[in-house]
Order: sequence, then structure tokens, then C-alpha cells
Amino acid sequence: MEDKRFKIANREALIGVGLVMINFAIWFGFAYGLGSGDPANYTYVLGFPAWFFYSCIAGTIFMIVLLWFVLTFFFKDVPFDEEDAQ
Amino acid sequence: MIHWQVIVPLVLFLIIIFMIGIWANTKVRTTDSFLQEYFLGGREMGGFILAMTMIATYGSASSFIGGPGVAYTKGLGWVLLAMAQLPAGYFVLMVLGKKFAIIARKFQTITLIDFLRVRYNSDFIVIMSAIAIIVFLFSSMMAQWVGGARLIESLTGLSYTTALFIFASSVLIYVIIGGFRAVALTDAVQGSIMVIGTVILLIGTIIAGGGIDAIMAALVAENPNFITPYGAEGELTPLYVSTFWILIGVGVVGLPQIAVRAMSYKDAKSMHRAILIGTIAIGTIMFGMHLIGVLARPVLPGIDIGDKVMPLLTLKVLPPAVAGFVLAAPMAATMSTVNALLILVSSTVVKDIYLNYIKPEASDAQIKKASFIVTTTIGLAVVLFAMNPPDLIVWLNLFAFGGLEAVFIWSVVLGLYWPKANRYGAIASMITGMGLYIAIDCLAPHIFGMHTVTLPIISSLLIFIIVSLATHSKVAQEPHWLTNKTKS
Repeated sequence: MEDKRFKIANREALIGVGLVMINFAIWFGFAYGLGSGDPANYTYVLGFPAWFFYSCIAGTIFMIVLLWFVLTFFFKDVPFDEEDAQ
Repeated sequence: MIHWQVIVPLVLFLIIIFMIGIWANTKVRTTDSFLQEYFLGGREMGGFILAMTMIATYGSASSFIGGPGVAYTKGLGWVLLAMAQLPAGYFVLMVLGKKFAIIARKFQTITLIDFLRVRYNSDFIVIMSAIAIIVFLFSSMMAQWVGGARLIESLTGLSYTTALFIFASSVLIYVIIGGFRAVALTDAVQGSIMVIGTVILLIGTIIAGGGIDAIMAALVAENPNFITPYGAEGELTPLYVSTFWILIGVGVVGLPQIAVRAMSYKDAKSMHRAILIGTIAIGTIMFGMHLIGVLARPVLPGIDIGDKVMPLLTLKVLPPAVAGFVLAAPMAATMSTVNALLILVSSTVVKDIYLNYIKPEASDAQIKKASFIVTTTIGLAVVLFAMNPPDLIVWLNLFAFGGLEAVFIWSVVLGLYWPKANRYGAIASMITGMGLYIAIDCLAPHIFGMHTVTLPIISSLLIFIIVSLATHSKVAQEPHWLTNKTKS
């Protein structure tokens, strides 16, 4: 019992690390990838500079959807109490 | 001049908070496990309350007052920086996760230091951690207290001392009588106000500015750098911004006031729900409030004092009754941070010092009395210090943030997942983390263009691993409860 619960916990912690790396890549990549040119040449999405829209708005929404997906399909429900374990 | 339309919602808000405190007190009085109830709310938090107490504790006066003020002078780059806080909504709960929750229950740990005591079995670690928490969080609490009082002062026109008294007495009473349950439940109300208030003010500001297109055009006309990721003066370099991510996105795992919440929820489902709700809430607040600061520039030009941007803007763009509700948001943010720090510092004194070293055989009645006395004393001491307040709320706050992160992150994370982590490694890493943080902060805060917290966190990780491996033979055995192996 103890065995299984910790295995699940370890896997989920690693998923958390993976998600943070994806989050960072989107946030940082779009910001400096699209935003490092001359502001005069910026393109705009919904009124915002494109780098800002993709990094801070679309990126955030994407992360929330990704979280929902991961929580629904990869996270397991385990009991926390000891009664079952011992 | 006093705006009654603004005061009435604030007073209503305080009354609701009080009622919650009184209700929580009935639980505190009837519980058969006082410590767990008073300092952890009986580990009964569901998903919504867990999410809200995480984000309300994390989001402070600086998210609502200081942050938008800086965004006003720096532009969209500061919003980008603020969005580094998105992982705070999910990372802590995922990384500490179920393992932390299971172990906390198994050993009935009440505080973060409790966990370290069980894991490393070292008095030195317990005492050093307790000192770090008390010193850093006391200063952080004072900054929040000052922020809360200043806010009431600017909204009501009362004197600073009166404002401080109102703020302090409203927080102290419900925390002292209701404990952690009152803290978490009021956080749920305060967190909701923070989210809803942010959305209302954002919409109001966009309308007042004539739409996003018009506002962006006005910003470009004033200084094109406002809409770049680099800040008004080009001071936000990619290296600085990405290392800032370590401080406010990932390092949060090391914050005791956040980590302790990861041992207080009811079940796995609560945790899953909290991750989603918390991320949506923190994303909304951090994005909304900081963007509001940038958009405020064309709407309300020429403000010199950053801290005044948000209150003045609210009064300008919203009708008075709605403004009163929105201005309750920074109040809520401040109160919900202060109440968490107060109960945490109190639990550190009572559980980690009093019960470990002063009176281990204390009876339930004595523990109860000590908890009330300690919480009250700390609360009053903070008020006394806040009478003569220092400036620069944002930076004081970040100092406590970074210092604690550098001290605790690895002893908690490696302690949880790396069986070879031992007390010598932990001690070396904690000293390195704190020492280096203070040294860099005083001597060269932007060393190599990185944020102060970067080097302390990296060095304390390396030191931890090296020392743990080097002293491996000195430690009798790895704790069997930590590994996957089933006991035979």
C-alpha cells in the first residue's frame, strides 16, 4: 500500500516539474522571441502586442487547460490515512 | 474627506470576517485535538478553500498596491515579470504533493519544522529554522501591517495610528479566537473578493481608457518601451527576468506559510481541485492587477507615488459603491497574508519551541492557554513596531520571501524525495542559503545581472548534495518510511 502511494506521489511531483518547464518555455519564449524587435514593427493581437498576447494571455490559458488535462487523466486519487496502509 | 459609499462595503466586509472568526471559535472550543485544530484547522480543507487560502496568503499588499504602482512606471514588462507567479498556483501542491500530505498525517506534524524534525532528527535544525521563521516572517508581517494601515489611512482620511489600530484589532481578534480554521475560511472570502475586484477594476479601466487599442496607442506615444518586455528604461533584461522566475514562481515551495497549507487539506480530490482553481485565481489576480497598473497610465497620468495608483484609479473609473467593494480587495489581500503569518509564527513558537524545549509535558489546557497568549503577544508586538514604519513595502517583503526560500527549499524537497539527504547536508545548505542571501542582498543585489535569490538557491542545493554524500557513513540509516520499500 505504502509502496504504491509513494510511487504515484513521486510521479506526480515529476509531472509538476515538467509543467513548470513548459510554462517557463512558453512565457519566456514568446516574450523575448516576439518582443525583442523595434516596438514600431510590433504586430498586435486583440489590441495587445503579439508577444504579450501569446506569452501572458494565451500562454496562461493554455497552462490552465493543460493542468485540467493532466489532473483529469494522470493524477490519481489515493487515501492519506494510515488505517488502510497498516 | 470621508467617502461613505466606500466605507460601508469595507465595514460590511469586516463584519463578515468577524462572524467567521466567532464560528471557527466554536470548533476550537469543542475539538478533542487542540493543536491540529488551532494550527491546521483539523486538516479538513476542501478544494476551494485550499485554493483560496494558498493564493490569498501568497497575494499580498504588493500584488494590489505596490505591484500595479511599479507597472505604472515600467509598462508591460512588469506584467510579464508578474506572470512568473503563475506556477505558485500549482507547483507547490504538485511537488510537495501527496507524499507530504501522507507523511504529515503519519507523524501528526503541525508545522513545517515538525516535518524537518521528524526527517532529520536534529535540534540544531529545529532551532535554526524557528529563528529564521520568526525573524523573517515578523519583518514581513510588519510590512504588511504598515501597508494595511496606510491603505485605511488613504481611503478614510483617518490618522495612521487610528488606521493601524482598526486594521490590527480586526485581524487579531478573529485569528486569536478562531485559529487556522478562521484564517482559511476568511481567506476564502478574501480570495474571492480579490479575484472579483480585479476583474471589475480591469474592465472599468479598459472602458475608461477607450479600449485596449486606444490605451496602447497612448502608451506608444509617450514611450514605446512601455509596450516592450524590457521595461521603460530597458532595465528588465532576459537574464534578470528569468532568474526572477526562480524567486517568485518556483522557490515558493520553500515558503513555510505556503508549504504548511500542503499538509492541511482533506483528501486527494481537494488537492486536484485546488490546483486548478488556485491557478485560475492567481493568474487572474497577477495578470489583472499588474495590467491595470499599465493601463492606468493614460487614464490617470502624472501620479508620482506608485502606491496611490490603484486606489486613485478605482475611485476615478468606478461608481462609488463598486469602488468600495474593489478597494476591499487590497484590504483582503493584506489581511489574508497577515493572518497566515501570525498563526504560523505562533505555531512555531508554541509547537516547535515551547512544546519541544520548554514544556514537553504540557497539558491540553496549558497548550491552549499558551497558544492564545503567544498569538496575542506576537500580534501586539507587530503593531508596536508598525507604529514607526520603514519604507519600501515591496522590497522588505521580497527580502523575507527570498531569505526563507533559500533556507527551506532544499531541506524540504530533498528531505521528501532523496533518501540520502541527511542532517549535515540540511544544516550546511540552510546556512549557505541564508548567509549567501543576506550577503548578496547587502553587497551586490544584482550580481551578474541575476536576481539575488539565484545564487543562494543554486549553491545551497550543491552544498546539500555534497555534504550529504560526504557524511553518508556517519548517519546510521535512511528513514525507511521515506522510501518505496515495504517494511518486512
